[in-house]
Amino acid sequence: MAEVTSLKDAIAALVHDGDSVALEGFTHLIPFAAGHEIVRQGRRELELIRMTPDLIYDQMIGMGCARKLVFSYAGNPGVGSLHRVRDAIEKGWPAPLEIEEHTHAGMANRYAAGAARLPFAVLKGYTGTDLVPHTRVEPIECPFTGEVVNAVPALRPDVAIVHAQQADRKGNVQLWGILGIQKEAVLAADRALVTVEEIVDELEPRPGAIVLPSWAVSAVAEAPHGASPSYAHGYYDRDNDFYKAWDGISRDRDTFLSWAERWTATAPTR
Amino acid sequence: MDGYSADEMMTVAAARELRDGEVCFVGIGLPSTAANLARGRHAPGVVLIYESGTIGSKPTRLPLSIGDGDLAETADAVVPVPEIFNYWLQGGRIDVGFLGAAQIDRQGNLNSTVIGSYDEPKVRLPGAGGAPEIAALTKRVITIIRQSERTFVDELDFKTSLGADDQVVITDLGVLRRVEGELVMTALHPGVTAEQAREATGWDLEVAAGVETTEAPTEDELAALRELKSA
Repeated sequence: MAEVTSLKDAIAALVHDGDSVALEGFTHLIPFAAGHEIVRQGRRELELIRMTPDLIYDQMIGMGCARKLVFSYAGNPGVGSLHRVRDAIEKGWPAPLEIEEHTHAGMANRYAAGAARLPFAVLKGYTGTDLVPHTRVEPIECPFTGEVVNAVPALRPDVAIVHAQQADRKGNVQLWGILGIQKEAVLAADRALVTVEEIVDELEPRPGAIVLPSWAVSAVAEAPHGASPSYAHGYYDRDNDFYKAWDGISRDRDTFLSWAERWTATAPTR
Repeated sequence: MDGYSADEMMTVAAARELRDGEVCFVGIGLPSTAANLARGRHAPGVVLIYESGTIGSKPTRLPLSIGDGDLAETADAVVPVPEIFNYWLQGGRIDVGFLGAAQIDRQGNLNSTVIGSYDEPKVRLPGAGGAPEIAALTKRVITIIRQSERTFVDELDFKTSLGADDQVVITDLGVLRRVEGELVMTALHPGVTAEQAREATGWDLEVAAGVETTEAPTEDELAALRELKSA
């Protein structure tokens, strides 16, 4: 059963230095509050896994939490670069960053294989691209037809963290709107934390929603507005102005650091 | 050029490539702008799919990212990410892939990963995202990219996505189509010369014998594009 607890206690209990950690949410429901709490608690040497690192990993990498990034698209969609990720890859600031990159299809299948406790996933794609010599993908022959497809290794993070709209008091979780890869990430991981907009007495069933039963989750923490500046369908919109402003904030190391000090280090603990 | 910019010409020309009723996997930025321009005009029945898992999105204003809430609210269906790539894209149900890139070569291969060497990059670009599978697993690929010696290169710094047999490339100078594995300039936008196109290309560009002149954007097309961008 999930423990319903504070975000501070949940991060302290579930995320340790050196862990592989997947904070997922595809544009929608990105767990920013949890990422900021990880920064605040000074976690180091993390292997950060995420299809689209987005602003949250730009911030965590800029603050020195990570030693490795596993990803498939490291941009600020519609705006441009993730300058902190680039600075880490190109110049090793604030620390060298090892990278392992895939395609979206590859990452999605890696999570699904992890959730199913399979050693690898198969897919078409990758063939003929320069990703092949630079990442972990191997051709494999179908034992039934002889067709050659590509295998990518399963993802099994130590911890998955996702954000959802609601949980009930027992820790059952419901999320809706763009569903992304959250269910797969939670079920692929050894431990899972879900932050939620609100804890309600009873979850109202919604068509097309994902329900994560309490017993499939380690901890649930209330974090209102915890996905901002991404969004929570039914609660608040994506703060596109902030995504655009981030380009200026993050471009320069000092501007970034003074932002980070104000917003992640000294923001009130939830 | 009078009354419209090179980028507007490019976007309008790209929109014209999309046919009504086609199912189209859309990248963010210029592809999304062009696809929504097509949907608002000659192709109202086009089905737009974004990689966040929205099928049949009909956004009322241009999304900044591939997962804006409007895309989900206006969609026929919203599916998880593994499903959009496995069942719908890899399952062969998508007609057209609509992609941008940082570099393109004569075969139509695309780079969206890195400028310079992979291990010591000059500019680290966002990376693959959905592009390699979109390029490989749709029936037809529309690429939209500004044409210059920096973008039209003899050798890519990184081959992120492969050129497709049925591929059209729309630039700010004209239109190229893949003929027997190589891009040929088949149309030039009004006021653009073959010489200009060759100069903006890092390989010995073939210009088709009967190279056409693109029809300039109509007033209606321009008005629709500007309205879309200001919404």
